[in-house]
Amino acid sequence: MSTRTTQTRTTQTRKTPGKGTSPDRVDVRKTYKLYIGGAFPRSESGRSYEVYTTGRSPKFLANAAQGSRKDARDAVVAARKAQPGWAGATAYNRGQVLYRVAEVMESRRAQFVSEVRAAEGLTPTRAEATVSAAIDRWVWYAGWSDKYAQVLGGLNPVAGPFFNISAPEPTGVVAALAPQSSSLLGLVSVLAPIIVSGNTSVVLASQDRPVPAITLAEALATSDVPGGVVNLITGHTAEIAPWLASHRDVNAIDLTGAADVEGLTWGDLEATAATNLKRVLRPAGTTATATEPDFTTEPGLDRLEAFLETKTVWHPKGR
Amino acid sequence: MPTFEYAPAPESRSVVDLQSSYGLFINGEFVDSRGGTPFKTISPATEEVLAEVCEASAEDVDRAVAAARAAFGSWSSLSGADRGKYLFRIARIMQERAREFAVLESLDNGKPIKESRDVDVPIAAAHFFYHAGWADKLAYASLGQNPRPHGVVGQVIPWNFPLLMLAWKIAPALATGNTVVLKPAETTPLTALLFAQVCQQADLPPGVVNIITGAGPTGQALIAHQDVDKVAFTGSTAVGKAIARTIAGTRKKATLELGGKAANIVFDDAPVDQAVEGIVNGIFFNQGHVCCAGSRLLVQESIAQEVEDKLKARLATLRVGDPLDKNTDIGAINSAEQLERINTLVKVGEDEGATRWSPECELPANGFWFRPTVFTGVSQTHRIAQEEIFGPVLSVLTFRTPGEAVSKANNTPYGLSAGIWTEKGSRILWMADQLKAGVVWANTFNKFDPTSPFGGYKESGYGREGGRHGLSAYVTTGAAT
Repeated sequence: MSTRTTQTRTTQTRKTPGKGTSPDRVDVRKTYKLYIGGAFPRSESGRSYEVYTTGRSPKFLANAAQGSRKDARDAVVAARKAQPGWAGATAYNRGQVLYRVAEVMESRRAQFVSEVRAAEGLTPTRAEATVSAAIDRWVWYAGWSDKYAQVLGGLNPVAGPFFNISAPEPTGVVAALAPQSSSLLGLVSVLAPIIVSGNTSVVLASQDRPVPAITLAEALATSDVPGGVVNLITGHTAEIAPWLASHRDVNAIDLTGAADVEGLTWGDLEATAATNLKRVLRPAGTTATATEPDFTTEPGLDRLEAFLETKTVWHPKGR
Repeated sequence: MPTFEYAPAPESRSVVDLQSSYGLFINGEFVDSRGGTPFKTISPATEEVLAEVCEASAEDVDRAVAAARAAFGSWSSLSGADRGKYLFRIARIMQERAREFAVLESLDNGKPIKESRDVDVPIAAAHFFYHAGWADKLAYASLGQNPRPHGVVGQVIPWNFPLLMLAWKIAPALATGNTVVLKPAETTPLTALLFAQVCQQADLPPGVVNIITGAGPTGQALIAHQDVDKVAFTGSTAVGKAIARTIAGTRKKATLELGGKAANIVFDDAPVDQAVEGIVNGIFFNQGHVCCAGSRLLVQESIAQEVEDKLKARLATLRVGDPLDKNTDIGAINSAEQLERINTLVKVGEDEGATRWSPECELPANGFWFRPTVFTGVSQTHRIAQEEIFGPVLSVLTFRTPGEAVSKANNTPYGLSAGIWTEKGSRILWMADQLKAGVVWANTFNKFDPTSPFGGYKESGYGREGGRHGLSAYVTTGAAT
């Protein structure tokens, strides 16, 4: 990952993309913040870092909050607090909530398209397609909420007079390193399978492309997802990820976004995660190398299954 | 309650034909170790030397992995139906030689013959039967698209259920087309070596199953071997974490089945006599050498005294002694080392202020023994309420409400199993939902079956063994790379 700090700062009067505002009007810009426990705080560290567009001549986009170890720990506390309620919601309800995220994203579609364009340097057509795929991914997972338990669980025909059933349950609090390149579709593809089953999450957004993630947090905040179910930290992945990997109240960690991060070896994070035997979803790739997966294909159940625990219950039968 | 006198009823040892020393089983034959140190395996009940085995060296591990690798191509390309037929053969031979396996297991491990005969060996055979039937049906198992084996699997198993853990490991690995290198525990190698003879009788192709004896370093060398594609381990949480660190950053897959500190929760509406039997089975089955043992009894305050009285009366009737005696309830502690660990933690329990009780019973002069022990007045912060003792030691705590029972039961880094005793159905289902445990036994305890997934939450490990779920640990899916 290239660091932008050495780049020339190109501040310029920026028109609000895609809107026909008067060229004379000074637009109102937004301060980009973290998303923790349903609120949008600044980093407790008071730090921010510059974010640029992707392209031949990167332009200054924003000063994003540079999250700290303490922010990550606060996020874990929020995620833990929200977990029983979210897991206790009916599967039908969780499905509707995820579908609602798609609805809200659709209504802010133009904003997502322009931000994904800026963040990833895509053509307008590809940015449109990417946002469509991200919205559709929520719909796909929304439908899974009340189905995967039947697909993955069931009655076990034990050799004795017992009722015996296995069913999947959420693992608990899941930390996730969102993909570095695919700032929105990749993020959604990582996040949705974590929360659909009742897990809560702490997500590190793409380090250099955090803006679509922050807007997604705003969509989540206005779409019936209870506060604390998704917590989003922007900042330096290599700085914060080790604290999540070692955190004793995190049950699992998704290392998908460890690919292409300078100063970070995913194997080290996996070794750290052994502290409390976190479930680890390794990044894609072969051997020690990590690559970012293709998020445009149908996901399958692997990601959803990675953050489930099978519980088996026995009871005698008798008259 | 009258205590009946029982005449000795020993099972005959003549069915077992022990050799004075055993080699390693590599590529279908028993071979001498290259540079490994020999060590003796003893009967923990008498300290009699049973046989000499060898601590496999790094070179031996290499040879075994190479044999498994060489066998992988043909084994994995064999039709599922034919792989299944080998597993059926193995299951049948285990049944045919069941008594021999049971006696040998009790000799080497110290467990009562009634348990090795009625639990370990028949369920081990059942695992091979169960998985034999999967071998040609993997496409129907909802494992994902295009399920195929990982390759060479390295497996390290504990001493508490030597043959049964071997079956849990080898049967699904072979059914899915993997080849295996398995290391039995240092103190209990003999039934694994007898199993090697079963593989020979079944004409299993050489290299498909390799069995290497040894201790920690041999296991470590196997887990860390660069040509091992998947590891499976049952044992302590400390070793499980070390394994997770060893394979971090590689593409090796792992299943870890680790420690536990299960709560066995008894409500005031439970059928008390049945519950007492369940408590006894929960913690004194297999001398408490059970990762899913119900080592913490959580009893509702209003019936705590009644349960305690009945429990003590029941424990006074347990017979501790010769593992080969068919009337024995509690056999020998598996090793001097384990006995030392139990003694240490029991001493801690006394020092921390809990009240220790054991029934009067005579213990044999030789061997490793520990009386069934109950601690009352235990609080959650006591080490005997937090740490796995892995012996016949029960810690009793009390609770008032279901909510309190749940929070106490879940107050542990482990999450392997739990028990619930109540006549109220809705409470069972609510409790089962709340408990963070991979296996929940309601109005029963310590039941196992090949079709039933087993494995833990949190620091009790990851992955499941048994059932359709257990198969998934042994296959990779998706597009071929």
